[in-house]
Amino acid sequence: MTISRRTLLGAGAGIGVGVVSGCGSNTGRGGGGLGGTRLAQWYHQYGEPGTEQAVKRYAAAYTKARVTVQWRPGNYDQQTAAALLTDSGPDVFEVNGPSLDQIQGGQVEDLTALLDGVEDDFNPAVLAPKTYQGKVYGIPQTVDTQMLYYRKSMLRDAGVEPPQTLDELVDSAQKLTGNKVKGLFLGNDGGAGVLGGTPLYAAGLRLVTEDGKAGFDDPAAARALGKLRELYARKALLLGAPTDWSDPSAFLQGLTAMQWSGLWALPQVQKELGDDFGVLPFPKDGPAGKPTVPVGAYGAAVSARSKDKAAAKAYVKWLWVERTDYQEDFALGYGFHIPARISLAKKAGKLRTGAAADAVRFATEHGYAQPLLWTPASQTAYQDALSRIIKDGANPESELRGVVRKVSAELDRVKHTS
Amino acid sequence: MRRRRALWFWVFVGPFAAGLALFTYVPLLWSVGLSFFDAHNTVTPTDFVGLDNYTAMLKDGAFTGSLRTFLVFTAFIVPVTFALSLALALMVNRVRRAQAFFRSVFFLPAACSYVVAALIWKMSIFNGVRFGLANTLLGLFGTDSVAWLSTTHPPWYWLVIVTVRLWLQAGFYMILFLAGLQRIDPVLYEAAAVDGARPGWTVLRHITLPQLRATSVAVLLLLVINAFQAFDEFYNLLSDARGYPPYARPPLVYLYYTALGQGQNLGLGSAGAVILALIIAIVTVGQARWLRLGKSGEE
Repeated sequence: MTISRRTLLGAGAGIGVGVVSGCGSNTGRGGGGLGGTRLAQWYHQYGEPGTEQAVKRYAAAYTKARVTVQWRPGNYDQQTAAALLTDSGPDVFEVNGPSLDQIQGGQVEDLTALLDGVEDDFNPAVLAPKTYQGKVYGIPQTVDTQMLYYRKSMLRDAGVEPPQTLDELVDSAQKLTGNKVKGLFLGNDGGAGVLGGTPLYAAGLRLVTEDGKAGFDDPAAARALGKLRELYARKALLLGAPTDWSDPSAFLQGLTAMQWSGLWALPQVQKELGDDFGVLPFPKDGPAGKPTVPVGAYGAAVSARSKDKAAAKAYVKWLWVERTDYQEDFALGYGFHIPARISLAKKAGKLRTGAAADAVRFATEHGYAQPLLWTPASQTAYQDALSRIIKDGANPESELRGVVRKVSAELDRVKHTS
Repeated sequence: MRRRRALWFWVFVGPFAAGLALFTYVPLLWSVGLSFFDAHNTVTPTDFVGLDNYTAMLKDGAFTGSLRTFLVFTAFIVPVTFALSLALALMVNRVRRAQAFFRSVFFLPAACSYVVAALIWKMSIFNGVRFGLANTLLGLFGTDSVAWLSTTHPPWYWLVIVTVRLWLQAGFYMILFLAGLQRIDPVLYEAAAVDGARPGWTVLRHITLPQLRATSVAVLLLLVINAFQAFDEFYNLLSDARGYPPYARPPLVYLYYTALGQGQNLGLGSAGAVILALIIAIVTVGQARWLRLGKSGEE
């Protein structure tokens, strides 16, 4: 059989049209399906097995629209930020925010009405950063917190008590440091990335004040950050571990006696170490200080570019406000998180005893959430300064002065935008 | 006949030209346009700010610091890669047997992804605990473990960054030099030998290097441009979920965080990209003129 050039070109064009029409056709939108409505929902990739199947099961159980779940590995925050600029993004998406710029830019929908009558049942610490000018832009799904894990036997052998102040933490870490074990692991960057504002809150300060000013223009801030430098300078910090702070491997492998990590690591630590571990909040510093843990929550948001915003909001309300059984399953069935609903957190059996109960108490009594006004630019400036203080021994006071200038400019910008 | 040839030209070139225009030139021009607007979380901004983004970027210590990082990186990587790839080419060129084998062995790393190589360097060879390969070797000599990527005094992270790029790139440039070496007329070496030039440094200096001038200029230009574009190994060696340390942040990594990270300041990021593109263009043109690219040896 011979193929003429015309036939070949025709076939090629046909394939081309097919490919082009096939590309991007599965946006999860358009007509057809249940109730004629289709919704695309995005999640970031959770590490815990079973979570993906669970969220797909929840979506399949929704009868008023056909919900397509996309499980997205990689830099999820960047992916969603870029997708929100286009019409092919999600209708409903999980977000570690939304950010102030996303709210001010009109990229996410106002979800205040979804919480009518149940607003008080959501953990206020994590609802506050999703609230701007009285309107809620994200429904918190689960609460996560970070804390200090310590190995009881190692502390006992070294004659060290669990540290209650930042000074004690510095001394304990040094005493626990030996040839093969370091005293403390705060991440491979010495804590600059993960600690963020935690040492400031532990010193009785805050990132942004109630009246919208930089909350750490105070000698206590420089004093607290200087102690992180001391930990580094005394070689008490584990650096260069194969996995970073979010993974408990360094702690479990005995490379460090104490590690700052997340609540999510608790089941694994418990499984490996039994009761040979305890948890603590970040210790207080100075007379005005108080123990502190950061809390945060992924929330469900609705894209302002969704073609069916009402349906998207109805789905979010169904899943993250009404279906408390799914919310509890999502928080505790696969990984280990605190349900965002106070009533669910109180009745969850897994959170009532041992280190889990301690973690819930820390989150309730000592939890702080990064304020909405703390923009990524402020975060970068602060984190850079913290890195220079810890690793280069830069002067904390002059570094913080520079950060205060940058943060003040950012706060002026966002106030001007609003 | 001519019309038919033109038709076939566009059939084959057209789709690629359209792709190039759509995915390269339009975004590029759009980015230049964005750089004059306040564009937080939008690619269709309305607030014209003139040159504000440019002045903000040039006053930004983090951006100027990233340019300094690039200069340090270039100062290391360009001469070292140049010397290493030339040395490899000279060695392989002298091998009489299994030359293709050695050529392939040195070239193979060029086929490896920067991301994969960076992760191997970070997690296996240069991790900071005692069972990392580099630290195991140090341990044999009784030396303490080194946190290679976390230590700024001394800045061991440069060793990791430079070696991974050397491993990935040297083979590619070796092939360019090898091609240049094989184009040198053997008569020149014979004539030099007759004139009493001893093989070795004298011949290298007076015959080989001058004959490799065109190749050397091209390699230098490529090395400098590639250094400006450094991203993958820096990002994968040093970033984590919470950010990136300021001490080894080249311009592209900084612009990535500004424009595409949580910052989503596309106007500021675009201004930075334009500034960076202009710097690359100026350096490249200056370098080409200095090295007299395109001039024949007789001029």
